[in-house]
Amino acid sequence: MIGLEHYLTVAATLFVIGIFGLFLNRKNVIILLMSIELMLLAVNINLVAFSSFLGDLVGQVFTLFVLTVAAAEAAIGLAILVCFFRNRGTIAVEDINVMKG
Amino acid sequence: MIQADLTVILPEIVLAVYAMVALLGAVYTTKDGVAPLLVWTTSGLMAVLAIWIATSGNGTNVAFNGMFVDDGFARFAKVAILLSAAAVLVMSQDYMNRRGLLRFEYPLLVALAAVGMMMMVSAGDLMALYMGLELQSLALYVVAALRRDSVKSTEAGLKYFVLGALSSGLLLYGASLVYGFSGTTLFSGIIQTAKHGELSVGMLFGLIFLISGLAFKVSAVPFHMWTPDVYEGSPTPITAFFATAPKVAAMALFARLMHDAFGAAVKDWQQVIVLLSVLSMFLGAIAAIGQRDIKRLMAFSSIAHMGYALIGLAAGTELGVKSMLMYLAIYVTMNVGTFAFILMMERDGQPVTDIEALRQYGRREPGKALAVLILMFSLAGVPPMLGFFAKYGVWQAGVQADLTGLVIASAVASVIGAFYYLRIVFYMYFGEEPEEALDTHSSPILWAALMGSAALMLVGVVYQFGIEGAAAAAAATLVN
Repeated sequence: MIGLEHYLTVAATLFVIGIFGLFLNRKNVIILLMSIELMLLAVNINLVAFSSFLGDLVGQVFTLFVLTVAAAEAAIGLAILVCFFRNRGTIAVEDINVMKG
Repeated sequence: MIQADLTVILPEIVLAVYAMVALLGAVYTTKDGVAPLLVWTTSGLMAVLAIWIATSGNGTNVAFNGMFVDDGFARFAKVAILLSAAAVLVMSQDYMNRRGLLRFEYPLLVALAAVGMMMMVSAGDLMALYMGLELQSLALYVVAALRRDSVKSTEAGLKYFVLGALSSGLLLYGASLVYGFSGTTLFSGIIQTAKHGELSVGMLFGLIFLISGLAFKVSAVPFHMWTPDVYEGSPTPITAFFATAPKVAAMALFARLMHDAFGAAVKDWQQVIVLLSVLSMFLGAIAAIGQRDIKRLMAFSSIAHMGYALIGLAAGTELGVKSMLMYLAIYVTMNVGTFAFILMMERDGQPVTDIEALRQYGRREPGKALAVLILMFSLAGVPPMLGFFAKYGVWQAGVQADLTGLVIASAVASVIGAFYYLRIVFYMYFGEEPEEALDTHSSPILWAALMGSAALMLVGVVYQFGIEGAAAAAAATLVN
């Protein structure tokens, strides 16, 4: 029997993979965008699982909002990335280093 | 019912509709040709809305079944947000125009960010919180990369975007846990769950994730790493905007979430905020010492200042929230003046951000140098200036809440931090003669902003224009 905790475990695993993808990835900014998307989708699994478990629709409404915002966020991220590529000619993560921080 | 709801959010609707209509209007007419006009109408509208919000509202109005709360606290924060955003817009016009940066999107993105910030401070629900935060953040990512042909600006935008999206993800994960373990997204419902004794482990996890996400937005250590790069890379007027209104909005949202949703479990979040506060103050003070770039320096300064403001939040009392609001209002005023000066720092028409360029500035421009001296003393918290009273307020709240250790640590940090503010003053009056002097001309708007802000730092000690009373009333509506 698959219960709430199974869904939460999958979501937590995906979320952690997303965070590790952000920090360990040294190759490509596109992978950063994918990691961010993975984190947001992990949250969606969480919300839908809770929503179904609680018998409360609010969680699914929240999911729809998150999906919409994630789409807008990806669009803006790609737009900034295109501008960056035009200036630097690269999208490697290790080349984002004009300013040291 | 819906009529009453819409009346409550009328200021937000007006600003959002204005932004969309103006966007269409600009696209179908002369595009960037109308940008100077749009800057004035946007900042004018923001000022009008600020006056409207300050004078009209009374009591607590709740809209959309508690998702949107318009109370004294929200109104105080909204007035601060709108006035500072309007001031920064007006200040940026000349700078942007001369560098061909004045695109029509700029004032409209700032207006949309302001709508997001107004949503944030009025949020009464995790969904409203998230939507407001994202509306603000998405607009800010774009303005950070506004100078499309500059490597630094696009890199700032990219860094801000990646780390901002990470923080939104953390916040959202926390929100999902809090929803799951309390069964509701409404703050008023969450606080009911917390009232039965201790928070459950799931709620506690959710709370920690929410705090991490918000700490990113207020750039508290250890979630501060984006701040110096974004401040340095963005065009200066946009840095000025980042350092003012979004900070107020994020701190106000922080306070609202902690008190409205977790107000029954102060002990659970107090220790986390104390830690964030101590780390921010010390890192802000120590890391700024080696900085030569005044924009990076202001970034560390803002990290430190957020640390002091967090003392007020950590106190978890009404006095704490009041002192935090006072701190934010004073901080924003100081920053508007300081950035007006940074915008004036030019050599042969090119912007200069190296603090060495300020050597012997006091002899060439005694008036402006004196104003900067007052602002730097105020930022450092030297007693006769208003900045000291802002710190004194949060210290008072900290001592009353038995956080004496934190208060002592912050006093030590402010002494260390005073060094780099005073170094700027030292360069202006006692430095060696520089090879090339800064330009002496300046736009009257920037001059007025600098002088006005410096004058407020002195006048404010005697007469505070009723801000203290307003902050006290605002804090009373939040904490009960």
